Order: sequence, then C-alpha cells, then structure tokens
Amino acid sequence: MSITDTAPVSATRDDRGQPVKKRRDRAGAWLSLLAWVIGILFVLPVVWMVLTSFHSEAAAATNPPSVLAPLTLEGYREFFTGGASPWPPLLNSLTASVVSTLLVLLLSFPAAYALSIKPVRKWTDTLFFFLSTKMLPVVAGLLPLYLFAQYTGLLDNIWLLIVFYTSMNLPIAVWMMRSFLSEVPVEMLEAASMDGAGLTKTLRSVIAPVVMPGIAATALICFIFSWNELLFARVLTATVAETAPVFLTSFVTSQGLFLAQLCAAAFVVSLPVLVAGFAAQDKLVQGLSLGSVK
Amino acid sequence: MTSVAEKTKQEPSSASAGAASARRAAGWVRRAPLLPALVFMIIVTQLPFVATLVISFMDWNAYYPDERGFAGVDNFRRVFTDVNMRDAVWTTILLTVGVVLISILLGLAIALLLDRKFRGRGAVRTMMIAPFLVVPVAAALLWKHALYNPEYGLFNGALTWFWGLFGSDHPPQPDWISNMPLWSVIFALVWQWTPFMMLILLAGLQGRPLDVIEAARIDGASGWQIFRSMTLPHLRQYLELGALLGSIYIVQNFDAVFTITSGGLGTANLPYTIYQIFYQAHDYGRASAAAVIVVIGTIIIATFALRTVSSLFREDSGR
Repeated sequence: MSITDTAPVSATRDDRGQPVKKRRDRAGAWLSLLAWVIGILFVLPVVWMVLTSFHSEAAAATNPPSVLAPLTLEGYREFFTGGASPWPPLLNSLTASVVSTLLVLLLSFPAAYALSIKPVRKWTDTLFFFLSTKMLPVVAGLLPLYLFAQYTGLLDNIWLLIVFYTSMNLPIAVWMMRSFLSEVPVEMLEAASMDGAGLTKTLRSVIAPVVMPGIAATALICFIFSWNELLFARVLTATVAETAPVFLTSFVTSQGLFLAQLCAAAFVVSLPVLVAGFAAQDKLVQGLSLGSVK
Repeated sequence: MTSVAEKTKQEPSSASAGAASARRAAGWVRRAPLLPALVFMIIVTQLPFVATLVISFMDWNAYYPDERGFAGVDNFRRVFTDVNMRDAVWTTILLTVGVVLISILLGLAIALLLDRKFRGRGAVRTMMIAPFLVVPVAAALLWKHALYNPEYGLFNGALTWFWGLFGSDHPPQPDWISNMPLWSVIFALVWQWTPFMMLILLAGLQGRPLDVIEAARIDGASGWQIFRSMTLPHLRQYLELGALLGSIYIVQNFDAVFTITSGGLGTANLPYTIYQIFYQAHDYGRASAAAVIVVIGTIIIATFALRTVSSLFREDSGR
C-alpha cells in the first residue's frame, strides 16, 4: 500500500502555467471529500449497529433516531443473560473455526508443496480439481451429508462441522499456499540442496521465512469463512453444537423492542472477524484473491 | 515452475527395470504429500454428489418412509415443471448479476478514488473494509431490522429527520422490504461485497507500471485516455478475478435471502429453494433432483469460469 499514483508535478507545469495546477488541486480536494463521504456511508451501518447496541431498547426504536440517547449496557446484559446463553454457540464457533483452520493448514501445506516446490506430474490439473470443488453448489451436498449424519448419529456434533469446514476451505488454502510457496526462489532451494540441507532444514531455514506471512493470510481467511458459515451449521446442528450464526437466526423474526439486543448480538458475533480482519488488512487482499494479488 | 514440470516429463524413458521402479518410487514420494488433501477432498465433496445423484432417482420423502423406492425420472420431471424452481433460477441469476455488477462498478470507482494521495486515505480504506468483516447473518439482520424497518429503521428515521428540517410532518415512510424485496437483498449484499471488489481492484491499480503512465501524461494524454487505454486493460484480469470469486460466493448465497425475506416475495434463490424442499418439505428425491440440475448448470458455467482463471494463471506462472 505504499505506491500511490499522484499527479506528477511535471504534468501540471504545462504551457498554461499556474491555473491548471490550481484547478487540479480544487478537483483533487473535491475527490478527496467524495472519498471521505463514501467511506463514511459504507461504515455508517456498522457504526449505527455499535451505537444502537449501547442504547436502551426504547431509545433504539425511535423515529427519527435518537443519536444522542444515553449509553447503557442493557442490550448486552439482555443478550448474555436474558434468554438462552450465547456462550455455548460462541465457543462452538470458536472450536469449529480454529480446529478446521488447523486441519486445513496441516493438509494444504504438504499438498501445496507437492504442487509447487517439487511438483507432481499434471500438477495444474490437480490444482484445478481443487478449485472446481469450490464451484459446485454446496447445497447439493447438504442432503447426503445430513442423511449420513443421521445414520451415524453425528447430527448435532461439532466434529461433523469441522470436517465440512475443512473441505470447504481446503481448496482456497491449497491455491493460496501454492502461490506463496512458488515465491520461494528456485536458486535458494538449489543452493540449500547443494549444501546438503535435508528436508527439515530446507523447510525451516529457506521456505518458512518466505511463506510465514502467506500461512497467516491463509489461516485468517479460513477462520473468517468458517466463523461466518450458516447453511450447514443450521441444518447439521441443533441445541448442542449450534454455532454463533445459527444462534443469531433467532433474531430473524421481530420480537417487540429488541433492536438494541439484536445489535449487541450482531456486534459480539462479528467482533472476532472485525478484529482479525482489521489487524491483517493487507493479508486480507492476498487471501481473498487466492494469493494471486500480492 | 513450468521448467521444473517439464524437466520431470523429459526424463529419459529407456532405462533399466530397476531405474524404472526407482523412478516410480520417486514419483510416489513426490505425490505423497498431496494425497491426504486429495483423498480428503474426494471423500468429503465428491461422494456426497454421487449419493445425491442416486437419491435423485428415488421416491423418498421423510414424511412417508414406507413409500421409498425407485422413481425413474419423475423427480426431474417435477423439478422442470415446477414454477417455483424456474422462478428460483431467474432470481439466482438476477441476484448474482445484480450484486456482482453493481459492487464491481462501485468498487472500481472507490478504488480509483483511493488510489490518490490525500489526508486520511488509510482511514477511509479501513472504513471501507468494515462491511466485509461483519458476519453475513449479522449484516443481514442489521439491514432487515435496524435499517429497512419501516417504523424504527435508520432509513425512514433519516427521512423523518430530513423532512423535519424543512418543517414537514409527513415524510415518506416506505416499507422497503415489501416494496422492493429483491433489491433489498441486493443492496445489503452490495454493501458487503463492494469492499471485496475495491480491495482487489485497488491492489491491481497499485501494481500499474507508473513510469509508462507518467510518460503518457507528459505526452499530453488526458486522464480519460489514460484510464481507457492503459488502466482498464491492466485492470482486466483483476476485474475478471473479482467477478469470478464474487459470483462463486453470491450464486450460493443463503444467509441474506434466509434472513431478510425468508425467501418470500419472489426472492427465493436456488440454494434457498433446495433448502426448503429438503428441510421443510422433506422431499429428499425432489431436492436431490434439483441439486443435480443445479450442479449440471454450474458445471457448464464453471467451465467458462475456469477457462478465465487458467488464462490468468498462465500469465501468472509465465512470469
């Protein structure tokens, strides 16, 4: 994010002299203002969500909105202690996301290694097989998985979700990892093998330094996608293994004055993703583009 | 990387039996790290599709367990003659094209705005990313109840406030979701996906060869000319990548449709419709037939999409 395209000074110093520069400056100021306005418009719903979550239910449901209403933790208290506790679903989400992310890393790193550092024959075909599984609509695999879970008694079991989330994120991770591993300079690998470095040493001293940021990006994306998933969690879990997004669906139908509580719930559930995403903004781009945008 | 792949292919084939078996063993050593992931993917993603295919030819409704049996192509006939299914196909197309197109155009405009140096550029970029980091269900709930709600939603609240500025007591108070259900879903999704497109396009913009552009500018090319003939061609692959990835996710969208309209008012897309046939009507045979048709449709579209990726990919590995 360091390179920027600013109007070079030389271009504004044309035969008409100063006025062009001035006009361009004014246009630039307007464009900057426009960027600010658009940015604020996009963030406004999030800000509104956070603000409303700290309002009382009565203040949250006024028209026109009471922006300056006194702040209170009522909504959060209601969310955490009012009805069913949100802690088990939050912990389930955490388990499912973290464990499936670890599994994905464990499976995708060796696979990516075999697709880039020491490529197998027809490695592009394999790579595209992984991507093609991502294009098949997941809803088509939903029923068999449900029936399988019913037969084996795995319904409402967090491990089933973990396995599914692993398969959901594995293709993305293989693509990302491959792109990161292929950044390791071939000369460095050759030099390492010439020096007689074994696999472990090569991995630790040549490959790891280059791909560590990439692994972090991969983990971030996998975590976010698992944390966000709703359809499968809704079908395959019930009271024991339900995840945070499933818990949120209890807010789909309105229930009188509940806006502050809803906003508190939405904010709490989104918080891990918001924190992780903001902390690793640049990794986000890399990850979302399957590693092709650096 | 291509060079390494070629090297393996060009190994001499006229070797002794011992060398051949050694080569085979070496091949398996190369393949070994790949196998766990590959086997896992085949079991978890391909086997269920085979099961779906089998069930699609069966008469199987969980409400009538005694009537399970072979149904032939009955399920497919029912899916093809079902008006709801046809509507769902249409809705899916509208939803996907609408969201992808609008968010790409918006994302491009915002990326161009952010590709300049100005005070608070980093802050604006951070603000822009926020929508993408709200959990989809939470975002849909937020739009449904906190923004669209006709009584206390922020949109109508803002209208009341704005009209109040001019002393009017009768601001318009539209019921957004009922008046334009599909657009309500589209807007909420555009809000979430524009940041995604913006990030990819911004990264593309910042990878432009600046010296060439500066040269063009010194030669007197106008901003529009530079955009048309230099920036846009450079961005093409980023636009394609954004469109492809966006489509993959939005075609499958379930959260927003489920939350905002519960599939009502003509917003039921394919994932939601299949979910309904399976989860509410418990008609396993028909749900599977619908799924099989969707998969076939997806394969046809994905073939084109994959061609796009592989062309991008060739450029990438040809570095």
